[in-house]
Amino acid sequence: MKQRVRFTKLGKVRFLSHRDIARVWERALRRAGVRVAYSEGFSPRPRLSFGLALSTGYESLGEYLDIDLAEEVDPDQLPAIVAPSLPTGIVAQVAIVIPPGTDSLQQAVTSSTWRIDLPAVAPGDLIAAAERVLALDTLPVTVERKGAEAQLDARLAIVGLTPLGSVLEAELTTQPRSLRPAELLRAVDPMWVAGRVLRTHQWTSVDGARCEPIPFGDLGARGATSAPHAEARAS
Amino acid sequence: MSGERGVSGILTRTMVDVWARLEPHLASVQKPARYIGCELGAEVPPPGPERVGWLLVYPDTYEIGLPNQGLQILYEILNERDDALAERSYAPWTDLEAVMRHEGIPLFSVDTHRSADEFDLIAFNLSAELVYTNVLNCMDLARVPVRSADRAATAPLIGAGGHATYNPEPLADFLDFVVLGDGEEVVSEINAAVAAWKAGGRRDRHDVLRALARIEGVYVPSLYEARYLPDGRLEATVPVDDAPPIVEKRTIADLADWPYPKQQLVPLTEVVHDRLNVEVFRGCTRGCRFCQAGMITRPVRERPAAQVASMVQQGLRRTGYDEVALTSLSTADFSGIEDVVSSAMDDSMGCGNVSVSLPSLRVDAFTVGVAAQIQKARRTGLTFAPEAGTWRMRQVINKLITEEDLYSAVDSAFSQGWRRVKLYFLTGLPTETDEDTLGIIELARRCVELAKANGHNGTVTVSIGGFVPKAFTPFQWFGMNTEVELRRKVNLLRDAARHARGVQIKWHDPRASLVEGLVSRGDRRLGPVIEHVWRAGGTFQEWSEHFRLDLWEEAMAAAGLDMDWYCHRHRTEDEALPWDHLSAGLHKDFLWQDWRDALDEVGLEDCRWTPCYDCGACTGYGIEHIVASAVPPAGGSQGTGQDLRRGGEVPVTLLPRTPVGVGA
Repeated sequence: MKQRVRFTKLGKVRFLSHRDIARVWERALRRAGVRVAYSEGFSPRPRLSFGLALSTGYESLGEYLDIDLAEEVDPDQLPAIVAPSLPTGIVAQVAIVIPPGTDSLQQAVTSSTWRIDLPAVAPGDLIAAAERVLALDTLPVTVERKGAEAQLDARLAIVGLTPLGSVLEAELTTQPRSLRPAELLRAVDPMWVAGRVLRTHQWTSVDGARCEPIPFGDLGARGATSAPHAEARAS
Repeated sequence: MSGERGVSGILTRTMVDVWARLEPHLASVQKPARYIGCELGAEVPPPGPERVGWLLVYPDTYEIGLPNQGLQILYEILNERDDALAERSYAPWTDLEAVMRHEGIPLFSVDTHRSADEFDLIAFNLSAELVYTNVLNCMDLARVPVRSADRAATAPLIGAGGHATYNPEPLADFLDFVVLGDGEEVVSEINAAVAAWKAGGRRDRHDVLRALARIEGVYVPSLYEARYLPDGRLEATVPVDDAPPIVEKRTIADLADWPYPKQQLVPLTEVVHDRLNVEVFRGCTRGCRFCQAGMITRPVRERPAAQVASMVQQGLRRTGYDEVALTSLSTADFSGIEDVVSSAMDDSMGCGNVSVSLPSLRVDAFTVGVAAQIQKARRTGLTFAPEAGTWRMRQVINKLITEEDLYSAVDSAFSQGWRRVKLYFLTGLPTETDEDTLGIIELARRCVELAKANGHNGTVTVSIGGFVPKAFTPFQWFGMNTEVELRRKVNLLRDAARHARGVQIKWHDPRASLVEGLVSRGDRRLGPVIEHVWRAGGTFQEWSEHFRLDLWEEAMAAAGLDMDWYCHRHRTEDEALPWDHLSAGLHKDFLWQDWRDALDEVGLEDCRWTPCYDCGACTGYGIEHIVASAVPPAGGSQGTGQDLRRGGEVPVTLLPRTPVGVGA
């Protein structure tokens, strides 16, 4: 039985790496007594699969994890079962059963929405910059991929830019090309220094319709911890 | 980022300050997760005037220091008290240190990010000598004067414990107090002395130092004076106050009384030895003459098997680890090891396989039974430590495993499916000839043949360390090999290994062994040398990329001291040693006789299964071995080369010491 879980990464735990987060989840599930299916072979590993890595230092309200369970667990109960075993800042908000053959998170997710704090940028400058960038056809930027420098057209990866005071809300694609918030800022204005960077949503495309791996709208009905509440708990 | 993002709701003003100032820089340093704390099990009481505050510091990186069991044990014992609190700190890596110095951020605890100088005591764990410059660096980052003589009454007391404290003299200028031996009981006595001093308004620092010196196991260097002879040798180290002329180590009588850590810390980021650790016994009486740990931690005190089993089961459930290490100086010697391993492997968690690792496996007691047990779970390589390449050499060092013991253990490993075996050896041992040195490769080559006989291409990795003589061992009088000689031997081994297919060789930098040797048996005159190296930027000397022999040579020259004189000179029986005013329980004449026996290639039996030699560790303190089984584990020669049929009684009967010749 496979379940998909949405969780947060807020506060001090944002300094954990992607690998650290995987290890934290493995141990939390063991502590919680949730039986996970193991891979075969010489060195069996629990079958957990995560979505695209969140850069170390960034926070998130919408991280996802697929768990291959070795036993039946009520998805409505799973967040509460693992809650005491997770560190402060990592809150499992909701779980759903996913049918066999569901696309992996890595395949399914096409873009993320970010909130980037720019405390030193005046709101007017932010509005102007966003308008300027959205009007461009191309926006070349040099990025590092697998240890090598690569040229990328950042404009193709920008789905939307919305200035909210001194916060820039940006939707950036993850495939076919991915653009990270730091790279966006470098392309827009190399002088900008980001404060907090928060991923608020990840998006998939199902039959052309944009939706989330687990829709946020389900939260209230399931009685799970709401995102803003989760954020308050971590702070 | 916002400063109100604290932990546990404890908000002191300075804590907010340190975290708030630190946080914006964490995104730009390597592995920032090592500075956030947040481990499972990290719970500390709020500070208050009724509690003595301890900052326990491991003076190396978080990844190395976090798993240290000694530090975790004291952390728990102190935090269980209602008149103490303990937090932890680790040496910041050089990138963060640069930020901290630039921004004026002090050394901080990872628990609550309080500044180090807010604690009443800062206590360092000294597991190795090359961290000494980091100790000074941490004090400086804590805004505490590095020399104890320069500290005001209000400054934190600076203490140290751990194996390296058996010769604390090179750090005598810097440490206010030093603890010898097991810390479980003595921390509470130290806490009481400091609490009384605090309650009295912490007026005179000298008062608390004298109170500490009255506690058994606590050494206060400033209450002693080192006197030297005209030829430069030490005459004696004598108390200048009413401090005891000899400071004895502390030993807990029964490990069963101390089932710690009960709440082993589980880090959120990767560290070394990232697994559940359960200490199955403390002390070792195999009597390997190079091994300081085995000499200073006597007698053997086994944990009851039932307690081991419950610590394993509860620990796995609480931590979520899928690996447990049964730790000790020689785990295969634990009475009933096979039963303990099989109960640990019992899949009662219902969460997949648990793997068991047995660090410090002696080859002799490595039975096929144990191999079959551990192989059920994940396997990495297996490591054995024959330590020397020929039987003659192993008699000198009293590591009495025969070649047959080694081959049967390796054969058993290869037949059970292992593909990689690692063998640890020392070079530069007393009386070592090139034949002994090259015997290492011969042993390794024959182990590779055993892999072939088992039908696969196994590899054997030979790891070579340069031998460094340590205090309170029979080799404490031995002039260690020079760096040139160690390098020659390493090259000899590399050449030989080139012609031995399947044998890989790794070696420790002989330059680092030289400095380790200098500090291990150095005296108080090395204080300025350590300070010089630290001031010149020589921190993280355990890390090859930061090690700087030139700084040590420069510092020795500046102090007018001779490296040769300290490291390479054989010392004589009548020479006063810098640690003569300290005691690990071992009689000096026992050690001297054992040194003579080594030179005569005479081995000595393990006293836990044979009559007592009166080394002093039991008799001096009125304690005994605690060993569940009165006879040695079954199978093989147990590496003792002894006739073990008569090993049917647990001592302690005092008999005249009669070393036996073995294997002749």
